[in-house]
Amino acid sequence: MTDLLEPRAIGQALVRRDGEAKVRGTATYAYETPVEDPAYCHPVQATIARGRVTAVDTTAAAALDGVLRILTPFDAERLASTEDAEYAVLQSPEIAFRGQLVGVVIAETSEVARQAADAVVVTYAEQEHDSTLAVDRDDLYAPEQVNAGHETDTAEGDVAAAMATAEVSIERTYSTAMYHNNPLEPHATTALWDADAQFLTLWDSTQGVHPDRAAVCEVFGLDQEQVRVVCPYVGGGFGSKGRPHANVMLAAMAARALPGRPVKLALTRQQMFFLAGYRTPTIQQLQLAADRRGRLQAIAIDVVEQTSRIKEFAEQTGVPTRMMYAAPNRRSTHRLAALDVPVPSWFRAPGECPGMFGPEVAMDELAEELGIDPVELRIRNEPEVDPETKKPWSSRNLVRCLREGAERFGWADRPRGRRDGDWLVGYGVASSVYPTMRQATSTATLRFEDGRYVAEIGAADLGTGAWTILPQITADALDVDVADVEVRIGDTRYPTASVAGGSSGTNTWGSALVVAARAFRDKFGGSPADGDEVSGDVDQAAKDDAHAPYAFGAQFVEARVHADTGEIRLPRLLGVFGVGRVVNPRTARSQLIGGMTMGLSMALHENSVWDPRIGQVANHDLAEYHITVNADVGEIEALWIDEHDPYVNVMGTKGIGEIGITGTAAAVVNAVHAATGVRVRDLPVTLDKLLPGLP
Amino acid sequence: MDADITLRVDGEARRLTVDTRTSLLDALRERLGNTSPKKGCDHGQCGACTILLDGQRALSCLALAVAHDGAEITTADGLARDGELHPVQRAFLERDAFQCGYCTPGQVCSAVGVIEEFAQGWPSHVTEDLTADPEMTHDEVAERMSGNLCRCAAYVNITPAVQDAAAQR
Repeated sequence: MTDLLEPRAIGQALVRRDGEAKVRGTATYAYETPVEDPAYCHPVQATIARGRVTAVDTTAAAALDGVLRILTPFDAERLASTEDAEYAVLQSPEIAFRGQLVGVVIAETSEVARQAADAVVVTYAEQEHDSTLAVDRDDLYAPEQVNAGHETDTAEGDVAAAMATAEVSIERTYSTAMYHNNPLEPHATTALWDADAQFLTLWDSTQGVHPDRAAVCEVFGLDQEQVRVVCPYVGGGFGSKGRPHANVMLAAMAARALPGRPVKLALTRQQMFFLAGYRTPTIQQLQLAADRRGRLQAIAIDVVEQTSRIKEFAEQTGVPTRMMYAAPNRRSTHRLAALDVPVPSWFRAPGECPGMFGPEVAMDELAEELGIDPVELRIRNEPEVDPETKKPWSSRNLVRCLREGAERFGWADRPRGRRDGDWLVGYGVASSVYPTMRQATSTATLRFEDGRYVAEIGAADLGTGAWTILPQITADALDVDVADVEVRIGDTRYPTASVAGGSSGTNTWGSALVVAARAFRDKFGGSPADGDEVSGDVDQAAKDDAHAPYAFGAQFVEARVHADTGEIRLPRLLGVFGVGRVVNPRTARSQLIGGMTMGLSMALHENSVWDPRIGQVANHDLAEYHITVNADVGEIEALWIDEHDPYVNVMGTKGIGEIGITGTAAAVVNAVHAATGVRVRDLPVTLDKLLPGLP
Repeated sequence: MDADITLRVDGEARRLTVDTRTSLLDALRERLGNTSPKKGCDHGQCGACTILLDGQRALSCLALAVAHDGAEITTADGLARDGELHPVQRAFLERDAFQCGYCTPGQVCSAVGVIEEFAQGWPSHVTEDLTADPEMTHDEVAERMSGNLCRCAAYVNITPAVQDAAAQR
């Protein structure tokens, strides 16, 4: 148990420190780094889904004015490590998915680079590919573990027996679509190789400069001292920039082929659908058994999803079912199909996001079957301790969130299929959850410099507010005015920081900053001299293993469905969250409403339509991969309850970047069902799925 | 093929040589070093490249630079004058109408264009009475700002920010 920092700057709704640069557009993102005389890269991609490159003819491309170099699988430098097949760019002629990198053109201008890339003639020996995910494939396999180190399967009691004898049981299959992160800033790098100094500088768009550097060092066989990664601003990531993708290795390779000259490489929006990661489609088979009063006897989820043939990523979709509700009999499994498809990866709340869809719709279906209010059904299945680990909760305020949300939303007077003119109206609810994590490594230095306290840590701000909230935490730990604190982030010249992922950034970097601040005060007292400096490591922060730390929430949605056309409008979304202490209400609210809106987008709009004949996403641009736009949203509000959690960390924070997207899509489906009586179990909810069932 | 053109960018005349294939966006970003307009899709699908072109909002990725010789261009950076932010920019800060900031200069330019379009009485898809001056309701603003995608999804802050800024006119 930890005494939490006394909040002074913490809790203030300060305006973003990087705000002015962002509203003017003067904040420089990776591709925009001002460098002398840059060259421009354009990748060449495979046009088959499986096979091998037999020849690359660069004659026509190389003859164009302004072409500097063309790299192919036959002449690119040999990498030190090809262990990670995603990063082994241009190392082999083998093609494992359509759109894989088979070359890069480096030219004097971006126009010429692109023209020349089109002029490169690649010949292939094509093989039949297999890219269709199905629940009845005979080659599904159990991975050794699923993402974030979770067990692949868990079981307790006897689900089958409980299903057979329970008073009420439901068995349903739900599915979520393939989703692409699509941060607005395309994945981009400016890279410079200094051959004399044997030094590589990457201005890269990344959620973690240090993890980025580690991957590049491994692939190229360089020491950490030979690589610097810089990234002050990230134009969104949502997980896709959490780990580097092949484009970063290609940019570094291009720079090394043109020593002394900076090169710029940005993926096009279309290329991002092949090379920048995505969320696997999921198929979720749910079983719930309950008594007449709604107490769950069994809860089970069996998940089928895909990975690529060359690199495994197993999304932990079944994980939230393991801890969300009480039931004596439980099961969760994950099975994968390894296909000739691009490499899936992290996308905002991997596991919890798709994994809070099927179960939270199933709870609504069970509530309907039992004739119990779905808010009440959840409350009746509140577990006293974590059902998975049997540890007590660090704090669990799901019930408070449900009750407060219900009251504010007007849940008790909810319409059920009420008709308002041509519109059918209904309300839906679902729970949200996200684990509270802290990474094992992160160090901050704190120095007294020109009358101010300057902290340095290689953290990242992808719009989350780190530039603004890390000074708030540091100021309170030092007991000084926040205006006297500067925190510098986004550079490997600063001490090592963990990735901005798993909603762990504030918990991790903030802990290191507090350790540093306290060490600073211990060592130098209240009147330090210029240049006084200490380091603090997250390792030295108090750690609690005795509790199960999670953030919880409840989301409420009002759906209006046009009775004739099936058009769906969502005039109101409300989320009430228990996320520990909120450092900055202004930026926190933005994170939560942003997550909820992305959940709305998942519910109604997003869908990477896979064409199995050619093995690619058919709608691979922003005209056809629809994300929610301004006119799609009505009122979206995120609130949080006062929550004091002495077990998570010294700030009392739980992380807020991901919980907002969990449960939203289920709440939308449940609201649409309340309005229309139509239960959509495969996302997204579109008009064609509603029309046949409308009254 | 290259062409010599002049662009007036944020009040300053700039002479430059462009490939005739160069978009106005790439001319600004890669030739003139003005990276205020952003490239999010290069296909007119996201709005991140929005600038004010001869006073009206325009997608600079869909405009060829050579076709705009002599044009007057204002970027989000140019909206701030003498160190003072434009009212739209101040409203975006106050409402936290952005997170990552990448779509923001385009949103800001679009918002300035939208406010002017209201002032001139332009109707939109959601305007019911085409003979009256449109009112700056939530739905009107949201409709007109829908060409600017925000993946961080700050929409519920963007719309009131535009309304706030318009109210200060």
